[in-house]
Amino acid sequence: MSIDKNQLLRFTTAGSVDDGKSTLIGRLLYDSKSIFEDQLDSVEKTSQKKGHDGVDLALFTDGLRDEREQGITIDVAYRYFTTPKRKFIIADTPGHVQYTRNMVTGASTANAALLLIDARHGVIEQTKRHSYIASLLQIPHVIVCINKMDLVDYSEEKFNEIVEDYEALASKMMIKDVQFVPISALHGDNVVNGSENMDWYKGGPLLNTLETLHIGSDINKKDARFPVQTVIRPQSKEFIDYRGYAGRIDSGIFRIGDEVTILPSEFTSKIKSIDTIDAELEEAFAPMSVTMQLEDDIDISRGDMIVKTKNQPQKTQEVEAMICWLSNEKYVPRTKFIIKHTTNEQTAMVKNVEYKVDVNTLDRVENDQDLEMNDIARIAIKTAKPIMVDEYRDNRNTGSFILINPNNNETVAAGMII
Amino acid sequence: MQKYYLNYLDELESEAIFVLREVAAQFKNPVILFSGGKDSICVTHLAKKAFHPAKFPFALMHVDTGHNFPETIKFRDDLIESLGAKLIVGSVQESIDQGRVQEEKGKFATRNALQITTLLDAIESNKIDCAIGGGRRDEEKARAKERFFSHRNDFGEWDPKNQRPELWNLFNGKHFEGEHFRSFPISNWTEMDVWNYILREQIEIPSLYFAHERDVIRRNDSWIPDSEYLIKDESEEVVRKKIRFRTLGDITITGGIESDADTLEKIVEEVAAMRSTERGNRSDDKRSETAMEDRKKQGYF
Repeated sequence: MSIDKNQLLRFTTAGSVDDGKSTLIGRLLYDSKSIFEDQLDSVEKTSQKKGHDGVDLALFTDGLRDEREQGITIDVAYRYFTTPKRKFIIADTPGHVQYTRNMVTGASTANAALLLIDARHGVIEQTKRHSYIASLLQIPHVIVCINKMDLVDYSEEKFNEIVEDYEALASKMMIKDVQFVPISALHGDNVVNGSENMDWYKGGPLLNTLETLHIGSDINKKDARFPVQTVIRPQSKEFIDYRGYAGRIDSGIFRIGDEVTILPSEFTSKIKSIDTIDAELEEAFAPMSVTMQLEDDIDISRGDMIVKTKNQPQKTQEVEAMICWLSNEKYVPRTKFIIKHTTNEQTAMVKNVEYKVDVNTLDRVENDQDLEMNDIARIAIKTAKPIMVDEYRDNRNTGSFILINPNNNETVAAGMII
Repeated sequence: MQKYYLNYLDELESEAIFVLREVAAQFKNPVILFSGGKDSICVTHLAKKAFHPAKFPFALMHVDTGHNFPETIKFRDDLIESLGAKLIVGSVQESIDQGRVQEEKGKFATRNALQITTLLDAIESNKIDCAIGGGRRDEEKARAKERFFSHRNDFGEWDPKNQRPELWNLFNGKHFEGEHFRSFPISNWTEMDVWNYILREQIEIPSLYFAHERDVIRRNDSWIPDSEYLIKDESEEVVRKKIRFRTLGDITITGGIESDADTLEKIVEEVAAMRSTERGNRSDDKRSETAMEDRKKQGYF
């Protein structure tokens, strides 16, 4: 079956209802035939009740009762569709309230971001904010959807103007791969199907772009990192001496016989076997979940990291990071947090807020130690015991962490190590 | 073909195994909520893989409405035996007998909502700190908002507007005494993914999923199985049809569809061509636009 080769692509959407974000998602689902008849019936009924002409595509992304009543999105919702080429997961993030916090969440696992621009308004402050978050979270691919082309007479000139403006903006940020598609989500131009109204556009429709994005390089295959989740000891007759380290490979490739170092202890050994229930493997790579056995009997537990001896992360108690503050509660200086990094948890303290970033102007704000919900800042952290880190831009898994407030157990910040 | 990448089913499997191992590592007394349906069977299969060659460190918990398909109970007991796992049963009938809940009245009465009390009681009395479910985000709009690790307060309630943000693969399962978590390892799977996986892994499922002859009545556009628990009125005629079930739940509200699909291959083919959602045959979800959201907030699966 050819479907077995298909890959998974996760993308997030940035834009507000006014940009046509919900309509775009609805259009993608509808035209790719991912909407079921009972869902369509229900949306048709609601559309009629609300007095809309035809089907209001935006209603397909409606969620909770409050959201339906207020016509807003409160929290990230996940949506799914499949084409003969790929399976897609959309992290549908809200446009207005708590925007930064939610976009950061949706972006953290995304291969791609769809960034919506209203063709009538071009690159605006919001575009800058969305792009900054996409670059901060190092989303590998950005697809700029210039929407509402129907309202600018499908003008090629207008499209080129926005592309030029956006490229100027992107050049100031670390955005690796940008593509542009002129669309009308409302009428369906260049979303799933091509457009007769824009014969000047030579690229494929949006879905085609999503289906063909090269995502093979999105995962770090160079630095082998294996954080131990749990130790497997069957203590059964058949597996009396079995001691396996279970986890998901964060990055890189491991092979039987590889010389490995266990961090933080720095003991060394060799990989004896890589096991799954289905087979004993010769090699395994990210993001596979496996169980490893080592040649030597070493004390290893959850939170330790197995890495190749010749390529090691930094073992440190001091990290510099960009963070996004996620909590309603303000940051109180000298609070002790729990830092959760890979499967490792340690006590941590923020030593200093070095600067904050104004996400609308991208200016740095110095000498401000206050952190509130949606704030983005560069901070210095000290941990009670070492953590094993890589830079976020090289490794999203070993370069990211969250801070938890031990007094109420809430996740208060998301961090990216510099 | 490029090397060193996983196809989508392998990636979903690896993600689910990661989540199950996180549950085992972060909680003291987790259980798998087992209904005998394909999703919880799938989760159980994944748990087997996650901890091989050891046994998985979860008991199975079944919330029994008392209105069961006999096939489901047989399947459950056989599976428990072959796994050597522990079974915890929360009985809705007992909750009724103890006066904890009252049976709904009339033709459309169901025990669906009554399960919430039974489930929360069982979680409390067995000191469960995490209940692993087979819920999927594609099932329903309230479920689309679920986290992998979903917090429940000490009343067992879900607060969808105030959930912990979940970033990368960092799951925060910290909680106070009396609170608990729900975990959904197959959050990112669709109905089609589950069927493709069952086919690929040749996972055993109850015979009810395959086309078979059965006495049914027509209600709410689906075929409801005739049983001793079903309250019928005179206009509802019992007929014999070749049907199969897309989901399994309480026998009084689980509707079947007419089908000839009697092998896994044929089911996968049929599901791929389906034009309506699987929960369309569940009258528990048809009660209102927000039926699932309302139940989930109270502590439903």
